[in-house]
Amino acid sequence: MNQPMPVLDPVAHDTHAEKIRRILKQHARLNTDADVLEPDSDLYQAGMTSHASVNVMLALEGEFDIEFPDQMLKRSMFDSIASIQSAIEELVGR
Amino acid sequence: MSATPIPLPRVGIDLVRISRIDESLMRFGERFMRRVFHADEIVYAMEAPPALRAQRLAARFAAKEAAMKALRVAHRGVPWREIEVRRSADGDCALVLHGSASQAACDAGFAVASLSLTHEGDYAAAVVLAQPVS
Repeated sequence: MNQPMPVLDPVAHDTHAEKIRRILKQHARLNTDADVLEPDSDLYQAGMTSHASVNVMLALEGEFDIEFPDQMLKRSMFDSIASIQSAIEELVGR
Repeated sequence: MSATPIPLPRVGIDLVRISRIDESLMRFGERFMRRVFHADEIVYAMEAPPALRAQRLAARFAAKEAAMKALRVAHRGVPWREIEVRRSADGDCALVLHGSASQAACDAGFAVASLSLTHEGDYAAAVVLAQPVS
Protein backbone atom coordinates (compact mmCIF):
# COMPACT_ATOMS: atom_id res chain seq x y z
CA MET A 1 0.00 0.00 0.00
CA ASN A 2 1.34 3.36 -0.95
CA GLN A 3 2.33 5.63 1.90
CA PRO A 4 0.97 9.16 1.59
CA MET A 5 3.60 11.60 0.42
CA PRO A 6 4.78 13.89 3.25
CA VAL A 7 3.54 17.41 2.78
CA LEU A 8 6.48 19.79 2.84
CA ASP A 9 5.89 23.22 4.26
CA PRO A 10 7.65 25.46 1.71
CA VAL A 11 8.14 28.24 4.28
CA ALA A 12 9.89 25.88 6.71
CA HIS A 13 12.43 25.02 4.02
CA ASP A 14 13.26 28.60 3.05
CA THR A 15 16.92 29.57 3.16
CA HIS A 16 17.99 32.27 5.59
CA ALA A 17 18.00 34.83 2.78
CA GLU A 18 14.49 33.83 1.70
CA LYS A 19 13.21 34.12 5.28
CA ILE A 20 14.83 37.55 5.61
CA ARG A 21 13.22 38.72 2.34
CA ARG A 22 9.83 37.45 3.53
CA ILE A 23 10.15 39.35 6.83
CA LEU A 24 11.28 42.49 5.00
CA LYS A 25 8.16 42.26 2.81
CA GLN A 26 5.96 41.97 5.90
CA HIS A 27 7.59 44.53 8.19
CA ALA A 28 10.09 46.87 6.49
CA ARG A 29 7.63 48.94 4.43
CA LEU A 30 10.09 49.17 1.56
CA ASN A 31 9.30 51.10 -1.58
CA THR A 32 10.81 48.22 -3.58
CA ASP A 33 9.82 44.55 -3.68
CA ALA A 34 12.21 42.77 -1.29
CA ASP A 35 12.40 39.85 -3.75
CA VAL A 36 14.20 41.98 -6.34
CA LEU A 37 16.66 43.71 -3.99
CA GLU A 38 20.32 42.84 -4.36
CA PRO A 39 21.85 41.29 -1.21
CA ASP A 40 23.85 44.48 -0.62
CA SER A 41 21.12 46.99 -1.54
CA ASP A 42 20.73 49.71 1.11
CA LEU A 43 17.46 49.02 2.97
CA TYR A 44 17.27 52.55 4.41
CA GLN A 45 17.58 53.96 0.89
CA ALA A 46 14.79 51.55 -0.07
CA GLY A 47 12.48 53.24 2.44
CA MET A 48 12.95 51.38 5.72
CA THR A 49 12.53 53.69 8.71
CA SER A 50 14.26 53.22 12.06
CA HIS A 51 10.92 52.16 13.55
CA ALA A 52 10.41 49.61 10.76
CA SER A 53 13.89 48.25 11.52
CA VAL A 54 12.71 47.51 15.09
CA ASN A 55 9.77 45.54 13.71
CA VAL A 56 12.12 43.68 11.36
CA MET A 57 14.42 42.89 14.30
CA LEU A 58 11.58 41.53 16.44
CA ALA A 59 10.19 39.47 13.55
CA LEU A 60 13.66 38.03 12.81
CA GLU A 61 14.06 37.10 16.48
CA GLY A 62 10.76 35.23 16.35
CA GLU A 63 11.53 33.53 13.03
CA PHE A 64 15.03 32.35 13.96
CA ASP A 65 14.39 31.91 17.72
CA ILE A 66 17.25 34.23 18.60
CA GLU A 67 17.77 37.46 20.51
CA PHE A 68 20.10 40.07 19.08
CA PRO A 69 22.48 41.21 21.83
CA ASP A 70 22.61 44.96 22.44
CA GLN A 71 26.06 45.37 20.93
CA MET A 72 24.78 44.04 17.58
CA LEU A 73 21.96 46.57 17.36
CA LYS A 74 23.85 48.99 15.16
CA ARG A 75 22.27 50.81 12.26
CA SER A 76 24.73 49.00 9.98
CA MET A 77 23.35 45.59 10.98
CA PHE A 78 20.11 46.47 9.18
CA ASP A 79 21.83 48.09 6.17
CA SER A 80 21.19 45.22 3.77
CA ILE A 81 19.96 41.66 3.39
CA ALA A 82 23.61 40.54 3.43
CA SER A 83 24.38 42.32 6.72
CA ILE A 84 21.24 40.91 8.37
CA GLN A 85 22.09 37.42 7.11
CA SER A 86 25.63 37.72 8.42
CA ALA A 87 24.36 38.73 11.89
CA ILE A 88 21.84 35.88 11.98
CA GLU A 89 24.37 33.29 10.88
CA GLU A 90 26.71 34.53 13.62
CA LEU A 91 23.96 33.79 16.15
CA VAL A 92 22.49 30.54 14.83
CA GLY A 93 25.48 29.04 13.06
CA ARG A 94 25.39 28.27 9.37
CA MET B 1 49.29 78.00 12.39
CA SER B 2 45.56 77.32 12.11
CA ALA B 3 43.40 77.30 15.24
CA THR B 4 41.59 74.11 16.27
CA PRO B 5 37.98 74.45 15.13
CA ILE B 6 35.49 74.75 17.97
CA PRO B 7 32.89 71.95 17.70
CA LEU B 8 29.41 73.25 16.97
CA PRO B 9 26.20 72.08 18.63
CA ARG B 10 24.30 69.38 16.76
CA VAL B 11 20.59 68.92 16.20
CA GLY B 12 18.69 65.67 15.68
CA ILE B 13 15.06 65.35 14.58
CA ASP B 14 12.70 62.43 14.08
CA LEU B 15 9.10 61.93 13.04
CA VAL B 16 7.03 58.86 13.90
CA ARG B 17 3.53 57.75 12.90
CA ILE B 18 1.58 56.95 16.05
CA SER B 19 -0.54 54.32 14.28
CA ARG B 20 2.63 52.42 13.33
CA ILE B 21 3.67 52.28 17.00
CA ASP B 22 0.19 50.98 17.78
CA GLU B 23 0.70 48.26 15.15
CA SER B 24 4.01 47.26 16.76
CA LEU B 25 2.29 47.04 20.14
CA MET B 26 -0.40 44.79 18.67
CA ARG B 27 2.08 42.59 16.75
CA PHE B 28 4.90 42.31 19.28
CA GLY B 29 3.36 43.52 22.55
CA GLU B 30 5.57 43.17 25.58
CA ARG B 31 8.67 42.32 23.51
CA PHE B 32 8.42 45.61 21.60
CA MET B 33 8.09 47.64 24.80
CA ARG B 34 10.83 45.79 26.65
CA ARG B 35 13.40 46.13 23.84
CA VAL B 36 12.76 49.78 23.07
CA PHE B 37 11.61 51.61 26.19
CA HIS B 38 13.05 52.23 29.64
CA ALA B 39 11.04 50.68 32.48
CA ASP B 40 9.89 54.13 33.71
CA GLU B 41 8.75 55.08 30.18
CA ILE B 42 6.63 51.93 30.06
CA VAL B 43 5.07 52.81 33.42
CA TYR B 44 4.31 56.34 32.20
CA ALA B 45 2.76 55.06 28.96
CA MET B 46 0.67 52.41 30.68
CA GLU B 47 -0.73 54.97 33.14
CA ALA B 48 -2.44 56.68 30.19
CA PRO B 49 -5.82 55.68 28.82
CA PRO B 50 -5.36 53.02 26.10
CA ALA B 51 -5.98 55.53 23.31
CA LEU B 52 -3.03 57.67 24.46
CA ARG B 53 -0.46 54.94 25.10
CA ALA B 54 0.83 54.72 21.54
CA GLN B 55 1.02 58.53 21.38
CA ARG B 56 3.27 58.67 24.44
CA LEU B 57 5.46 55.83 23.16
CA ALA B 58 5.68 57.35 19.66
CA ALA B 59 6.95 60.66 21.06
CA ARG B 60 9.53 58.77 23.11
CA PHE B 61 10.64 56.67 20.15
CA ALA B 62 11.11 59.86 18.13
CA ALA B 63 13.18 61.32 20.98
CA LYS B 64 15.48 58.29 21.04
CA GLU B 65 16.07 58.46 17.30
CA ALA B 66 16.58 62.24 17.41
CA ALA B 67 19.14 61.76 20.19
CA MET B 68 21.03 59.12 18.18
CA LYS B 69 21.16 61.54 15.24
CA ALA B 70 22.30 64.50 17.35
CA LEU B 71 24.94 62.46 19.17
CA ARG B 72 25.83 60.44 16.03
CA VAL B 73 25.98 57.16 17.94
CA ALA B 74 23.80 54.95 15.72
CA HIS B 75 26.93 53.06 14.61
CA ARG B 76 27.77 52.16 18.23
CA GLY B 77 25.04 49.66 19.04
CA VAL B 78 23.25 51.79 21.65
CA PRO B 79 20.08 50.11 22.96
CA TRP B 80 17.01 52.32 22.61
CA ARG B 81 15.96 51.68 26.20
CA GLU B 82 19.16 53.32 27.47
CA ILE B 83 17.95 56.65 26.10
CA GLU B 84 15.15 57.64 28.46
CA VAL B 85 12.65 60.47 28.22
CA ARG B 86 12.03 61.54 31.80
CA ARG B 87 9.05 63.75 32.57
CA SER B 88 9.20 66.03 35.59
CA ALA B 89 6.24 66.94 37.79
CA ASP B 90 5.77 70.24 35.93
CA GLY B 91 5.42 68.41 32.60
CA ASP B 92 8.85 69.26 31.19
CA CYS B 93 10.64 66.37 29.49
CA ALA B 94 14.38 65.76 29.44
CA LEU B 95 16.62 63.01 28.10
CA VAL B 96 18.56 60.83 30.50
CA LEU B 97 21.28 58.59 29.05
CA HIS B 98 22.11 55.31 30.75
CA GLY B 99 24.90 52.75 30.39
CA SER B 100 26.36 52.45 26.91
CA ALA B 101 24.32 55.41 25.63
CA SER B 102 25.95 57.63 28.23
CA GLN B 103 29.38 56.20 27.38
CA ALA B 104 28.85 56.65 23.63
CA ALA B 105 27.85 60.31 24.10
CA CYS B 106 30.87 60.86 26.33
CA ASP B 107 33.17 59.25 23.74
CA ALA B 108 31.64 61.46 21.04
CA GLY B 109 32.34 64.51 23.21
CA PHE B 110 28.71 65.61 23.32
CA ALA B 111 25.96 65.90 25.93
CA VAL B 112 22.23 66.30 25.41
CA ALA B 113 21.31 69.90 26.14
CA SER B 114 17.64 70.05 25.27
CA LEU B 115 14.66 67.99 24.10
CA SER B 116 11.39 69.10 22.54
CA LEU B 117 8.46 66.77 21.85
CA THR B 118 5.26 67.36 19.95
CA HIS B 119 2.35 65.41 18.47
CA GLU B 120 -0.51 66.23 16.17
CA GLY B 121 -2.97 63.84 14.59
CA ASP B 122 -1.18 60.62 13.66
CA TYR B 123 2.34 62.04 14.06
CA ALA B 124 4.75 62.55 16.94
CA ALA B 125 8.07 64.36 16.55
CA ALA B 126 11.11 65.18 18.64
CA VAL B 127 14.05 67.55 18.35
CA VAL B 128 17.23 67.06 20.37
CA LEU B 129 20.04 69.57 20.79
CA ALA B 130 23.47 68.20 21.70
CA GLN B 131 26.26 70.44 22.95
CA PRO B 132 29.96 69.70 22.73
CA VAL B 133 31.50 68.99 26.10
CA SER B 134 34.74 70.82 26.71
